[in-house]
Amino acid sequence: MSPVIQGIITIIIGVGGCVGYFYFANLFIDKVLFPARGENAGRNINRANMIRPWVFLFPAMFALGLYLMYPVVGSFFRSLYDRSGDEFVGLGNYARLFNNPDFRQAFLNNILWALVVPAGATFLGLVIAQLTDRLRWGNIAKSLVFMPMAISFVGASLIWRFVYAQDGDIGIINAIRFYFGAEEGIDPLQIPFWNNFLLMIILIWIQTGFAMVILSAALRGIPEETVEAAIIDGANPFQVFFKIKVPQIMGTIVVVWTTITILVLKVFDIVYTMTGGNFGTEILPSFMMDFMFRDDGQATAVAFVIMLVVLPVMIWNIAQARKEMR
Amino acid sequence: MDNIAGQKSSLSLVTNIAVLLIVIAWLIPTVGLFVSSFRDRDQIAASGWWVAPFSVELTYRTRADATPTEQGNLFVIEGNIFESEEVRESFEDGESSIAAFGLRGREPGAFEAGTEAENRDGGTIQVNADGTYVYTSPEPIDGAPRVYFVAETPPEFTLDNYRTVLTADNMDRAFINTLTVTIPATIIPILIAAFAAYALAWMDFPGRGLLIAAVVGLLVVPLQLALVPLLNLHNQLGIGQSFVGIWLAHTGFGLPLAIYLLRNYMVGLPRDIIESAKVDGATDFQIFTKIILPLSFPALASFAIFQFLWTWNDLLVAKVFLPSAGDAAVMTVKIADDLLGSRGGDWGILATAAFVSIAVPLLVFFTMQRYLVRGLLAGSVK
Repeated sequence: MSPVIQGIITIIIGVGGCVGYFYFANLFIDKVLFPARGENAGRNINRANMIRPWVFLFPAMFALGLYLMYPVVGSFFRSLYDRSGDEFVGLGNYARLFNNPDFRQAFLNNILWALVVPAGATFLGLVIAQLTDRLRWGNIAKSLVFMPMAISFVGASLIWRFVYAQDGDIGIINAIRFYFGAEEGIDPLQIPFWNNFLLMIILIWIQTGFAMVILSAALRGIPEETVEAAIIDGANPFQVFFKIKVPQIMGTIVVVWTTITILVLKVFDIVYTMTGGNFGTEILPSFMMDFMFRDDGQATAVAFVIMLVVLPVMIWNIAQARKEMR
Repeated sequence: MDNIAGQKSSLSLVTNIAVLLIVIAWLIPTVGLFVSSFRDRDQIAASGWWVAPFSVELTYRTRADATPTEQGNLFVIEGNIFESEEVRESFEDGESSIAAFGLRGREPGAFEAGTEAENRDGGTIQVNADGTYVYTSPEPIDGAPRVYFVAETPPEFTLDNYRTVLTADNMDRAFINTLTVTIPATIIPILIAAFAAYALAWMDFPGRGLLIAAVVGLLVVPLQLALVPLLNLHNQLGIGQSFVGIWLAHTGFGLPLAIYLLRNYMVGLPRDIIESAKVDGATDFQIFTKIILPLSFPALASFAIFQFLWTWNDLLVAKVFLPSAGDAAVMTVKIADDLLGSRGGDWGILATAAFVSIAVPLLVFFTMQRYLVRGLLAGSVK
């Protein structure tokens, strides 16, 4: 039971420490450092107000700096050294990666994932959001489609093993094939190239709910007049959907698309659990895990390649956020 | 909206059917897992979960163990196969229907029920559909002879899989480990992020815009980058692979989203309340604890759910920041690394383990769905 006690102590120390830090730091500024009384009261209040934001921000900035900013730099430098970390090899690790056919395969697969999954999830999410919009039991339907969001990628992979299994008494796909007279079971996850898509289906299954929830809210936000006007002008439901509604929520569609793209670039659980990267299904994050604990130089090089792939999205995100703030 | 102009949409029926099909398609995989987790191991191997409510034909092995009698020059055993000792438990009411029987394990269903099969020693054996059998032999019968048969077996749902998973495979320990990782890793980032979000939303200081942009940028940084440098750092600090390490890691990784969500929400709070509080002489600290925090409850709850689901379901961080061997494994690691290897073919156990691991998130999800949706919308739609 010791980890439980350890956990409880951590909660107490962590929470108590945080609360204590904020409370006493604040008290310290007000009472000791710049007390709001005496002859300098006015100037002291101003000074205290200049420092206070940084007191509030410090723990978060420290954690962000240590756990997210430092690794970007640290990983890059580590990727310039060899396996043991002693010898400087420049871009040698990257050169080795690009000469490795497995890496090229993983890279191409990753690009495929980043294109297919966001497209599939956003499209399905949009269609389901529109279909359920006016349905009496629409909310139940939505909540059921949304449900996989709560399931871990590992759990989802196991769930889908019951679809893909080779045994016709376990896997639905083979059961259907047998029903239509197939002689022998196949392992769908070993079909070259197409097995990638079978794995992507799992992530699409998980992410469609996310896209649906957000796009459904966006659809509700469309001014009714535009839709009414289109209907009076004789537009059919498809025209209303594609020519009136979709253009108006384009901004949200892009946000959903990029959010899922970022997620896709980080996911490794599904490939790891379903195929372990075999049969030509390797992607960059699972490829990196092959080197983890063995060759830190190459592992960090792969991580940095992932970072480079994400970079455009990051820049776009920041630009977007800055635009909104103005 | 389609029928606002006075025409009833003719697509209504099509829409209903389409949504129904989609929902079914979405549920089928999960239902399969759920049903399989309650099925008996032999039944899983013999038929798909979609026919779980129906009888399956299972193969049994037993002995014709009724007392032999001597009839003329033949030795005869007569009895009902369902009453023989080895299979009595499976057929409690002593009834079922036999499809076929056999004398060797290699072909347990060699002869149709009701036919007479010849034995090697010149005797015969006949097993009827209702279980009665006649075994004859020209020589004295020495010990009860083996009989194999294939019988319709009623569907059987058990909790045995759950018992096995929760006791035998250390899964109970993994469950507790997961909780131990999850709860501190959910609470601590909320506190830190709440203060930072307030500062970024309502306090004026130089560099604020830059910091917000940095947080947005950090939302995207791939976790993979952090693994190697931070593990090395933890090792140097003496934390190593431990619970403390994984709490810190999850806190760091969860912060950008926490700050982003909370700031977006806090910015939307009415300015009047905060300004009148300031006029009344409230300090920033008081405004934060007495006004902002209570008003931000929905956003805090939605982030808490996110972080909970994320840490509970995480595999990668746990694989790297917790020791790989020993008692510290969380459920996802346990399933992905241990169970899939050692029990890869035992579908009942796999299904049960998966279901145990997704039960808590599902519960949280269905009870707190409202907040989750609100949080998603706060983060993505302006």
